[in-house]
Amino acid sequence: MTATGAQPRPMAAGPPERRFGPYGGRYVPETLVPALDELEREWMAAREDPSFGLELSTLLRDYAGRPTPLYRARRLSEAAGRTVYLKREDLLHTGAHKLSNALGQTLLAHRMGKRRIIAETGAGQHGVATATACALLDLECVVYMGTEDMRRQRPNVERMRLLGAHVAPVDVGARTLKEAVSAAIRDWVAESDTTHYVIGSAVGPAPFPAIVRELVRVIGDEARPQALEAEGALPDRVIACVGGGSNAIGTFAAFLDDAEVELVGVEAGGEGVESGRHGAPLATGARGVLHGALSAVLQDADGQIVEAHSISAGLDYPGSGPQHAHLRDTGRVRYEAVTDADALAAFRRVSALEGIIPALEPAHALAWLMAHPGTGGGYDLLTLSGRGDKDLAEVLGVSDEHRHAG
Amino acid sequence: MSGPDGVTRIAAAFAGHGRRAALMPYLMGGFPDVETSRLAGEACADAGADLIELGIPFSDPLADGPAIHAAATRALAAGATVGEVLGVCRSLSERLPIVLFAYANLALSPAPEAFVERARDAGAAGLIVPDLPHEESEPLREACDAAGLALVALAAPNTPAERMAAIGASARGFVYTVSLAGTTGERGALPEDLAGTLARVRASTDLPVAVGFGISTARQAGEAADMADGVIVGSRVVRAAGEGGPDAVGALVADLAEALA
Ligand SMILES: Cc1ncc(COP(=O)(O)O)c(C=O)c1O
Repeated sequence: MTATGAQPRPMAAGPPERRFGPYGGRYVPETLVPALDELEREWMAAREDPSFGLELSTLLRDYAGRPTPLYRARRLSEAAGRTVYLKREDLLHTGAHKLSNALGQTLLAHRMGKRRIIAETGAGQHGVATATACALLDLECVVYMGTEDMRRQRPNVERMRLLGAHVAPVDVGARTLKEAVSAAIRDWVAESDTTHYVIGSAVGPAPFPAIVRELVRVIGDEARPQALEAEGALPDRVIACVGGGSNAIGTFAAFLDDAEVELVGVEAGGEGVESGRHGAPLATGARGVLHGALSAVLQDADGQIVEAHSISAGLDYPGSGPQHAHLRDTGRVRYEAVTDADALAAFRRVSALEGIIPALEPAHALAWLMAHPGTGGGYDLLTLSGRGDKDLAEVLGVSDEHRHAG
Repeated sequence: MSGPDGVTRIAAAFAGHGRRAALMPYLMGGFPDVETSRLAGEACADAGADLIELGIPFSDPLADGPAIHAAATRALAAGATVGEVLGVCRSLSERLPIVLFAYANLALSPAPEAFVERARDAGAAGLIVPDLPHEESEPLREACDAAGLALVALAAPNTPAERMAAIGASARGFVYTVSLAGTTGERGALPEDLAGTLARVRASTDLPVAVGFGISTARQAGEAADMADGVIVGSRVVRAAGEGGPDAVGALVADLAEALA
């Protein structure tokens, strides 16, 4: 391997957190607890092993294309009335930030001797990233996906199949991300001996939220020095969209100790938070248990999980990562919601302004930024978590509906 | 509430069944509708069940296979609420001890004490929370202890020895042994290592040891009764409730009871 110059990524010491304040934990069937213990042990061992770190950083650089650029968005800055830098995760191989997590976890699974990989996917980006990593490492790959998401993210279904993955349709409930995660966890309950579950966001039972954060924090770890070099000062605001919360925590982690930097997470406002049809548990939600962790969850008075609603499959989720719930309660991060309509408008606007078609997920963050120009004399940094090719059919379809209805 | 508390009722049910093992059918509350699920419970009592495990339908049942998951989905779609299922519990608890089966987000909503109070007022004798492993269970167990309800602990074939000891020590009522690594659902045969699993569970506790997950035929129930103090039959009973209503449930439970004689 031509690993010239690749440095093993620095990783946090100590055991991965099981709790973030009161949030997190492991609310799973007893059968899964030994698998989570094993994962925690193996992760700590892998972190200490320089060859693991070197292999990962080499793949991230030579295969995935890290570091991704930090781009001063010229026309967007003019339109927004302040300087905006985009962290270009859309330029990462497979088209979204998800590959950094998928490569790290798949390498870990390989090291653990697990030959079968399962994953869930909403927008299809995590499924594609996992299928890609499995092709690279020659592992069997099964991706659970809601049938509604298979419909609206068709190109990604075809990509996963081409990469050799089996896409397992999930046809219950709202047929979206929540059901896909449940199906993957059920599979893992029965197959944890042979199978690693590559969870796709900073959610799930401990140690997943901490492991995923450590693997995606490369986003902020790159962006912070890039921003300092470009502007000679830290940004006023760092902004990212939040589905389960991986690209957001991956961006924020490097800035948490910079008290002067405002951190903003943007959730799916769907048809408006007052309509009740949205995907904004952090901005609105109570405390609850979903998919193995205590966090902010959309639920009714009895504790039944309420379906999320969003035009963006990647944000269409009633839960959130437990560390985000804690960062909300401590006030370190502010969480906002942006509607489908505003995200769609930003999707079109940024495409025309910058020649960059954003995914619908970060289009929410872009919409918030354009609507909230801020007051400081500095600049903003926004994580453009993925590119929008996957969303074209859906966006054009929705726009047609609007035209015909209107 | 007057009368014996839940822990006492469960102990009496395990001590007084007069068969090789206690029989505990599982029913999904509100499936196919609330009143039919109550009648199915009456049919269980008439046919010789010793306790009933009453499921509260939940939107995301991580420990359940297709049959029970589908029943929960149907119950919720028909509008079943936690309150209505607790109403079924109240009615059936006059006949035999009811152990509620509720996922963590229901049992912790809005707080453990609040849910336990509702369960106790509904006459429940115990509570099983399949996604609340030992390390997360303390707040709910304290609430249950204060209310005289048994928080039943779960043990699995892959539970390591040290953990098993901690689970056995904190169990109330009985220890629910999950027979296999997997979700609920009918299986062709009992797992080969079941005797070993049950022996390890038994060594960890003085309480009765019950076994469930995958037990569906009278023959399997009879085999399980040789190894355990209680036999739980879930998906097969739920299937009967869906296919033939209370009569089918009654006939099935009578067969199972005979196999335990
Ligand atoms: C491009 C993109 N951004 C964001 C997300 C949301 O996930 P997370 O909040 O974990 O970053 C997704 C999920 O599919 C995505 O594809």
